[in-house]
Amino acid sequence: MRSTSFLWNVCKSSFTFGLIGLTVSDRVASVVRVRGLSMSPTFNPPNNTSLGLFTDDHVLVEKRCLTDYKFSHGDVVVFCSPRNYKEKQIKRITGMPGDWISVPFSYDAVRIPEGHCWVEGDNPTDSLDSRSFGPIPLGLIRGRVTHVLWPPQRVGKIDKKLPRSGLSF
Amino acid sequence: MSFISSPKFPQFDGDSPATNTSISYKVQLLETKMSLFQQWAFIVKEALDKSFLVAKFFCAVHVTNTYLCSTALVQGPSMLPTFNLTNEIVLLERISTRNGKAGPGDVVILQSPENPRKFVTKRIIGMEGDNITYIVDPKNSDRTETIIVPKGHVWVQGDNIYNSYDSRNFGPVPYGLLQGKVFWRIWPAGAFGSIGRRPETVDPALKVVEQ
Repeated sequence: MRSTSFLWNVCKSSFTFGLIGLTVSDRVASVVRVRGLSMSPTFNPPNNTSLGLFTDDHVLVEKRCLTDYKFSHGDVVVFCSPRNYKEKQIKRITGMPGDWISVPFSYDAVRIPEGHCWVEGDNPTDSLDSRSFGPIPLGLIRGRVTHVLWPPQRVGKIDKKLPRSGLSF
Repeated sequence: MSFISSPKFPQFDGDSPATNTSISYKVQLLETKMSLFQQWAFIVKEALDKSFLVAKFFCAVHVTNTYLCSTALVQGPSMLPTFNLTNEIVLLERISTRNGKAGPGDVVILQSPENPRKFVTKRIIGMEGDNITYIVDPKNSDRTETIIVPKGHVWVQGDNIYNSYDSRNFGPVPYGLLQGKVFWRIWPAGAFGSIGRRPETVDPALKVVEQ
């Protein structure tokens, strides 16, 4: 009888802890593992050893920005991919509504519509971003990356790198 | 009344302690046995427990609203006659849209692609890969256009195509913008009931039997 009440207490407290943890990670901040090289050298800079769970960067994603969607140039954001809503991607915002972006390898210029943004990875050679799928609605954004938490030698705030000159005006 | 009470046990007028279990007995016991610091610690602990309870309740409400079921206020002319012009309260469930089970015919609430803080209610007409033929501007002309819905997107339209700002204006919508599927109406009470996969042809509040 005593062991079942102990088990029940363990269940209750883990359920409560789960509820609180889920609410905090949805509304305040959460930790996300960065996979891939599209944001080198900001995340996962090239090194000699192969990448794995212990060498991938882990970053802090803050969710307070989702109440009013006030983003700006240079913010690194997490968003649901417009091609597959189950995948989350991390890229940098390089264009806000009203900006003109020149399409690579062509003379066209695209104007970013209202409520959308242009995202690009810091590593242009290895990044699937707005240059392939166009501007994304701001509603797809799920958080803004503020700090690197792992590996310990690169812990720190992310700087807001402004977009390369000549691409948006 | 002084809290620095004597260490003596409380005296009663002739009553035996066994029968005197009133509140005043307990209060007197409290005053004699606990110091001022202990009383404050007791009050602080009570306050923390209550606020922890409130925090747990808030978290439960948030998790239910985000992952299970939530309510929403629907207004506007774009979903007539399924939803009336005036405010209607509906229940929406979050499980279908999270698992990719929302399909053609479902009424969904989504974030507008033009303003992420605005939520609109529309019906899904086509999923990715579908060929959609739509009337561009039914009030003025009969011109139609055909489009194939790209991968990862859905085509949404209001039931009242004469007065609806939907995918015919802002294009196909990425699936990630869908917030929930509307499945039940709870207000006005006269039209209490489920929302089907076909547009209503008469106002549900009038409860006219379809021929």
